Amino acid sequence: MTDSNQTSAQLAQDPSTGLTTVGGGALVAPPPTRRRSRKGIGWPARLEIALMTGPTLIVYLFFVILPVAVAAYYGFFSWQGYGPPKDFVGLRNYLLIFQDGAFLDALWHNAAIVVLSLVIQGPVAVLLALLLNRKMRGQTLIRVLVFIPYVISEVVVGTGWSLMLQGDGAVNSLLEHIGLGWLRTDWLANPGLAIWTLMGILTWKYIGFAVILFLAGLQGIPDELTEAAAIDGASYWQIQRRITLPLLGPTIRIWAFLSMIGALQLFDLVYIIWGQYVASTAGTSTMATYMVANGRNAGEYGYGNAVAVVLFLISLAAALVYQRFVLRRDTEGAITGGMG
Amino acid sequence: MAATTVATRRATRTNRRLAWGSPSVYFVAVLLIGAMLAPVVYIILGGFRTNAQITTDPAGWPNPWRVGNYLGVLRGGVFWQEVLNSTVIAVCTTAGVVTLGLMTSYILARYRFRGRGAMYALFAAGLMFPLTVAITPLYILVRTVGLMNTLPGVILPQIGFGISTTIIILVPFLRAIPDEIQEAASIDGCSRLGFFWRMVLPLSMPGVITVAILTFIASWNSYLLPLFILNRESTFTLPLGVQAFASQYSVDTAKVLAFTSLSMIPALVFFSLFQRRIVGGLTGAVKG
Repeated sequence: MTDSNQTSAQLAQDPSTGLTTVGGGALVAPPPTRRRSRKGIGWPARLEIALMTGPTLIVYLFFVILPVAVAAYYGFFSWQGYGPPKDFVGLRNYLLIFQDGAFLDALWHNAAIVVLSLVIQGPVAVLLALLLNRKMRGQTLIRVLVFIPYVISEVVVGTGWSLMLQGDGAVNSLLEHIGLGWLRTDWLANPGLAIWTLMGILTWKYIGFAVILFLAGLQGIPDELTEAAAIDGASYWQIQRRITLPLLGPTIRIWAFLSMIGALQLFDLVYIIWGQYVASTAGTSTMATYMVANGRNAGEYGYGNAVAVVLFLISLAAALVYQRFVLRRDTEGAITGGMG
Repeated sequence: MAATTVATRRATRTNRRLAWGSPSVYFVAVLLIGAMLAPVVYIILGGFRTNAQITTDPAGWPNPWRVGNYLGVLRGGVFWQEVLNSTVIAVCTTAGVVTLGLMTSYILARYRFRGRGAMYALFAAGLMFPLTVAITPLYILVRTVGLMNTLPGVILPQIGFGISTTIIILVPFLRAIPDEIQEAASIDGCSRLGFFWRMVLPLSMPGVITVAILTFIASWNSYLLPLFILNRESTFTLPLGVQAFASQYSVDTAKVLAFTSLSMIPALVFFSLFQRRIVGGLTGAVKG
């Protein structure tokens, strides 16, 4: 089943073969039914299109596009959330954001989290995926167990870890038990250490997702290639380095994209572990926690929306740059260019 | 000849699967699993201890085992109300996302019409609009429509934000269905919508199941949107409940741990049941 999915997905991806679906394949004289569908579509088909996409479009435009547009509009007002916004302040909110040291700290934390996530999780997840891709007993069980932290909600993870990492919590106690008592420290409250603690928790929580993605990618690599290389005398590591890794490239690049966007938008775990008024001095505040703390929690909805716009523009810029220079050959512009 | 090669290959393959790997591989695997599971095990075991046990030895084993914390949570009405809310929201969100996503993906994948590319781009752009960015105006929108403190106030936005991923995953699946099948069906007198019901639905099942699982788990775990929309305790979902419980009983660590571990069971069960499908479904989607 996986094999057929694999080839069919490649067909769909390749512009020369994938679009034969309705009305392509003009090289050969097309059968009459096809010609009709190519010239234009009849009323029944239009009705079908309207009925099948209409509800989706309504929900999507109303609950996704509209709020994003409204956020951009409210960002120009000083507004406390009641009645229509009247106090137009132009770009003042945006100036305030970039003059606020707390925001710049948050931005810096976000940047660190993006880079550290890629550098820590990427290599570890590739190694784990290679390991778990070896055929051995208990494979399925191991895969399920690795994915468990990803399935557990952020609230559970946050609550559990903050209890364990307290000064007199289980982690410090465990360190003492195994004779590493000198490592005892306050994992959450020390601002210099907090971001590393956060990275540890993030890695623990999200590495399963990377591993599962990579495993799916590895299964798409035909056995014949590695078998042929093995017959030619290549060692296991040579095969992984010269054949598997390059072929896994597209999956790795897509994972890096998802990880980057996720890291820029990080909210739940920080908000739960470090509290709703997480100060920039705690060392872990992110743009999203800054937005909620200074927007909704402070009753300054106009300002909060301006922060959201900044957060969005930064994510968009990062995504477009990544798309332009890294992802281009993999996805044929799934985000920028329509259907390829 | 060909048949025998296939047969031998299949035989070696099954042999290899049954074989035990090298000990070092297992050692790493066990270490890994230990690291992944230890916190979860800690949470579950902590629920079986008393606060006195936790205070004197935070990293210890339950001694003696106490089920009182778990029973206390299970007997209270709060937990079950929150399970019900979370279930209703997750099931409705999943049903909505799958239904709407499948219909739209079918049109985008197999109909040719002006504006198709633009529509696909519009939905794909949704990947760029995470909930975090839109949360403040979304909150105001939901308040204006009068859906504050109601479950639909969470369900509808979640459907909207789930649709993009669904379409990105499902369109390649539906496009990959060979034309010949559709032609054969139409020769046999099957309309396009009939083809959708009889052929597309069954053939796209792997993709649909993947999307459904991911949506369900995301909805079950979602925090930010319920945090903004649901302020009344009777409408709380489990994540909100866990947090409220943790601050309400902040001194009663054991009870918090019991509540926390009970709240993660449904997602775990759901995932274990369907995990095999996730890898299968992603294999098609990641490439496409």
